[in-house]
Amino acid sequence: MMAAALRALGGHWRRHPLQLLTLVIGLALATGLWTGVQAINAQARSSYAEAAVVLDRDALPRLTGELTLQDFAAARRAGWNVSPVIEARVPGTSLRLVGLDPFTSPPGSATAPLGETETLVAFLAGETVLVAPNTLSELPVGLSGTGVDGIAPGIVLADIAAAQRILETDRIDALLILPTPRDGLTPLTELIPGSARQEPAGEGGDIGRLTDSFHLNLTAFGLLAFAVGLFIVHAAIGLAFEQRRPLFRTLRALGLPSRTLTLCLALELAALTLAGGAIGIVLGYAVAAALLPGVAATLSGLYGARVDGGLTLSPLWWLSGFAMAGAGLAIAGGRSLWQLATLPVLAPAMPRAWAQARISTLRLQAITGVALLAGAAILALTATGLIAGFLLLGALLLGAALLLPPLLMRVLSLGARSATGPVTQWLWADARQQIPGLSLALMALMLALSANIGVSTMVGSFRGTFTGWLDQRLAAELYLYAEDESQAREIARFLEDRVDAVLPIVAAQANLEGAPGEIYGLLDHATYRENWPLLDQVPDVWSRLAAGEGALVNEQLARREDVWTGTHVDLGSGGRWPVLGVYSDYGNPRGQAYLGLDAFRDRFPETSATRFAVRVAPERVEAVSEQLASTFDLAPDRVVNQAEIKQFSLNVFERTFAVTGALNALTLGVAAFALWASLTTLSGMRVPQVAPLWALGLTRARIAQLDLIRAVGLALLTALLAIPVGIGLAWALLAVVNVQAFGWRLPLRVFPVDWIVLSGWALLAAAAAAALPAARLWRMPPADLVKVFAHER
Amino acid sequence: MLLSVRDVVKTYSTADGPQVVLDGISLDVKAGESLALTGESGCGKSTLLHLCAGLDTPDRGRIEIEGTDIASAADAERARLRREAVGLVFQQFNLIPSLTVRDNLTFHARLAGRGVDPATLADRLGLTPFLDRWPEQLSGGQQQRVAIGRTLAARPRLILADEPTGNLDEATGDAVLETMQEAASESGAGLLMVTHSERLARRMDRRLHLRAGQVA
Repeated sequence: MMAAALRALGGHWRRHPLQLLTLVIGLALATGLWTGVQAINAQARSSYAEAAVVLDRDALPRLTGELTLQDFAAARRAGWNVSPVIEARVPGTSLRLVGLDPFTSPPGSATAPLGETETLVAFLAGETVLVAPNTLSELPVGLSGTGVDGIAPGIVLADIAAAQRILETDRIDALLILPTPRDGLTPLTELIPGSARQEPAGEGGDIGRLTDSFHLNLTAFGLLAFAVGLFIVHAAIGLAFEQRRPLFRTLRALGLPSRTLTLCLALELAALTLAGGAIGIVLGYAVAAALLPGVAATLSGLYGARVDGGLTLSPLWWLSGFAMAGAGLAIAGGRSLWQLATLPVLAPAMPRAWAQARISTLRLQAITGVALLAGAAILALTATGLIAGFLLLGALLLGAALLLPPLLMRVLSLGARSATGPVTQWLWADARQQIPGLSLALMALMLALSANIGVSTMVGSFRGTFTGWLDQRLAAELYLYAEDESQAREIARFLEDRVDAVLPIVAAQANLEGAPGEIYGLLDHATYRENWPLLDQVPDVWSRLAAGEGALVNEQLARREDVWTGTHVDLGSGGRWPVLGVYSDYGNPRGQAYLGLDAFRDRFPETSATRFAVRVAPERVEAVSEQLASTFDLAPDRVVNQAEIKQFSLNVFERTFAVTGALNALTLGVAAFALWASLTTLSGMRVPQVAPLWALGLTRARIAQLDLIRAVGLALLTALLAIPVGIGLAWALLAVVNVQAFGWRLPLRVFPVDWIVLSGWALLAAAAAAALPAARLWRMPPADLVKVFAHER
Repeated sequence: MLLSVRDVVKTYSTADGPQVVLDGISLDVKAGESLALTGESGCGKSTLLHLCAGLDTPDRGRIEIEGTDIASAADAERARLRREAVGLVFQQFNLIPSLTVRDNLTFHARLAGRGVDPATLADRLGLTPFLDRWPEQLSGGQQQRVAIGRTLAARPRLILADEPTGNLDEATGDAVLETMQEAASESGAGLLMVTHSERLARRMDRRLHLRAGQVA
C-alpha cells in the first residue's frame, strides 16, 4: 500500500521536474551557504587554537618592561617560575617570531618535537626553528626550519637566544609568570625595578574577542543566506502540497489512512533532505574553499591573526550540514504536513485555498512584524552587548520581512483604487492577488537587498571615514626609519635646512588602564593641531598637551574604560593623567595614548627616536627621498612616501571587506533564484487566471508584457522598502555592533547612487526571473489556453 | 450575416494519432437570432464555439464575423474582435478572481471602450448586494449572472455561450437563460449556445445537432 502511495505521490515530481529542481537547489543553496560559512569559522578557530597552544600566552600573567635574560635568571634564582618570551616580526617578512626557552615554557603540543634530542640540540643551537609545514616556504634565506603540525601558520618558533640573534637585540619582551608553589617570594616588580606585572587581557581586548565578533558577523550572514534559501524551499513545498491536494483527497477516498499518507510525505521530505543536503555540502565546501583566502586576508588585515588557507573536512562538519538541511526542510515542510494531518482534505478542493490561507496569515504576520520592529527600536535604545546588537539586527530584518507582504498589499490596493483604465486596474489587482504566492520570494529579496544596502553603507561609511582619517593622521609627506639613534640624529641635522619640519615619532609599551598598549610622545606642531581628528577635547587642547598637563587617548581606550575629557587615565609606567582629548584610531584593537614630547621623555628617558615624520613641499618629496637614500645608504623601506602608506592601508581595507562583498552577491543571487523559482512555479497555476483576459480580447503578448511589468514593479516596491531597512541595518551595525566589536563608532554616510545601482540590479534580476514564465505565456499555444474553458473534449 | 461558418475542419493530435473533431461543419447565425448547438460529449460542440470566438483556429474552412474571416486573421485582430464584437459565457464562469463583482461586470465593456453603469446592470441581474464582493464569495448561479452581466455590459453583436447553465440547478439555469435571451433580443445580438439540455435547446430559435464532428 505504501509503495503504491509513494509511487502516486512521486508522479507529481515526474510531471513537475522544474519544481523538484527548485526545491533541491533551494535546499542545497541554503545548506551550502550555511555550511560553507561554518567551515570557514571552524578552520579559522582551529588556527587560533593552534596559535594559542604555542605558548598559552593569553592565559598567563606576564612581567613587562626593559627586560634581559639576566632579569630572567634573577627571577628564577629568587624562586619564581617564569619563562622568557620575545614576540616580533621576522625582519623582511610578515612572519611572527616567537622566541621561547624550551625548558621553562609552558607545555604545549607545538613544542612536542623538542622531545627528540636531535631536534632539541639543533633548536637550542639556533640551527633550526619550528614552523607549520606550509610556512616552511615563507622562511627567509638563512633561516632553516622544521615543519611541525600544531603550530599556527605564519608563526616561527625559535629558541630565545636564537630569536635575540635574529632580531639583533639583547632584550626580551616579557617573562611569562607560571604558577609558583611557594609563597612569600619577593615581588617580581621589586626584584626587577622598572618592570610591571600585566594580568591576562581576558575579555578586555584579546584577539579571541575581536575575531569572535568577526565570526559572529559571518555566522549571521550564513544564517541570513540559510533563511533566504529556506524561503525557496518553503514556497516550493507549499505549492507542491497545494497542487497535490486533489491527489491526497483521492488517495484518502481510496482507503489510504491519514497516518500512512503523512508518513509517505515525511519519507519524501527525508529523501529530499539527503539529496539537497548532499549537494549543499559539496556546494558549501566549494564556497568555503573559494572564500577562505579572502577570510584569511581579512583576519590578517584586521587583527593580524593568521588562518591556514587549506580546508580540512571533518565528519562533524558534513553531519551538521545534513542536520541543517533536515532542520530546514522540517521548518519549511512541517507546516504543510501539519495542515495535511489536520485539515479536512476530503472537503472539495479549492484552487485558491492555499492563497486564501496565506491571506489570513498576513494579518498575524503584520502584527508580529510590528512587534519585532518595536522590539528592535527598544534594543536600539538600550542594547549594550554584542549579542544584544545581533538580536537588534535579527529583529529589524525579520520584522521588516514579515511586514513586507501586508505593506505591499496596502500599496497595491491604493494603486488599484487610483487606476483608471481596466488593464491598469487589473494589473494592480492581479499583483495584489499574487502577493501570497510570491511573498516568500519577495521577503527573501528584501532581506538580501536590505542586507546589501546595510553592509555596503557600513563599508562605504567605513571607507569614507577611514580615507579621511588617513589623510588627517598621515599628514606628513615622508616617514623615515633610521637604523639607530646616531643615524637618526645625523638625519635630523641633515634635514634641518632642507624640509619644513622634522617631527620625531617616539613610543613605548605600557599598560593602559591595566591592558597592554602604546604611549607616544608628540611634538607640538601645526601638523597635529590642524589635522588631527579629535572626537572629544578640552579647550586649548594642543597647548595643554605640549605643556604636559594631560594625555590624549584613542577612542577604543576611551570607550572600553570610559575615560573621556574630565576624567583621568592610568597609563601604567607612563603615569596617571587628566584626559585632554579623544582621537579616532580606526583599525587598532589596542589602547593608545599621546603625551606631550617633554612629558613623554620625562617618563621614558631611554626611548630612542629613530622614526620621523617629515613635512616638506609635495614637489620636493622625491628629491628629498633620493638625497636621504644616497647620503645615508638607507634601504627603500626606511624612507616611506605618505602616498605609499595610504595605498597600502587602503589595499588592506579593500581586502578586508572582499568577503563581505562576495557573501552579499551570493545572498542576492539566492534571492533572485527564489524569485525565479516562485514565478516559474506560479506561472503554471496562473493560466486559469489569465485565460479569461485573453478570451476577453487581450493578446498573449500583452498579457506576457503585463506579467513582466508586474514582476519588475513588485521588485521595485520591494527595493524601495528595503532602502530604509538597509539604512536601519547600517545604523545598527555602525552604532551598536561595531562599537561592541571593535571599540569605535563611525559616522553614518549614505550613498544614494549605490542604492539606485542595487535597485537596478534587483529590477534586472526580477525581469530575468519573470522573463521565462512571461515568454512561456507569450508562446503558449491557444489550444492550451482554451483548455481552461473546455469542460469536455 | 453576423456569423458564417463554412466547411470547417479541426483535428487534434492524440496519443492514438490525429483525431478529427470537426469534419466540414457549416452554419450561419443572423443578428437577433438564437441557435442551440447540441450533441453528445466529445462531438465537437465546444471546439466549434471556441473557433467561432477566435480562441483557436481551424485547420480548414472559413469563419466570418460580420464579414471578417477570423480563421485567417492575426492574433491581434482576433483579440480585437473578441473585445469589440463577441461576448463569451462559459460553463465555469471564468470570472477574474482578482477583481470585485463591480469590476468584473464593467471589465469587458471598458476593454471595448464602452461606458457602463454597474449599478443599473447589477440591479437588473439581482447582483446589487454583491457588487463589492469577490467572485469566490458568490454561489454558482450568482457567478454565472456576473459572467452574463459582463458580456451584456460590453454590448456584443454576437454572444457565444458554452453550457452556461451546466453547473446550475434547473430553476437557476432557466432564470440565467431568460436573462441572456432578453438581453440578446433587446440589443439585436445573435446568440449561439452549446447545451446538453433538450429542454433549453427547444427555447432557442433554431437548433443544430452535431454527431461525430458533423451536422446530423
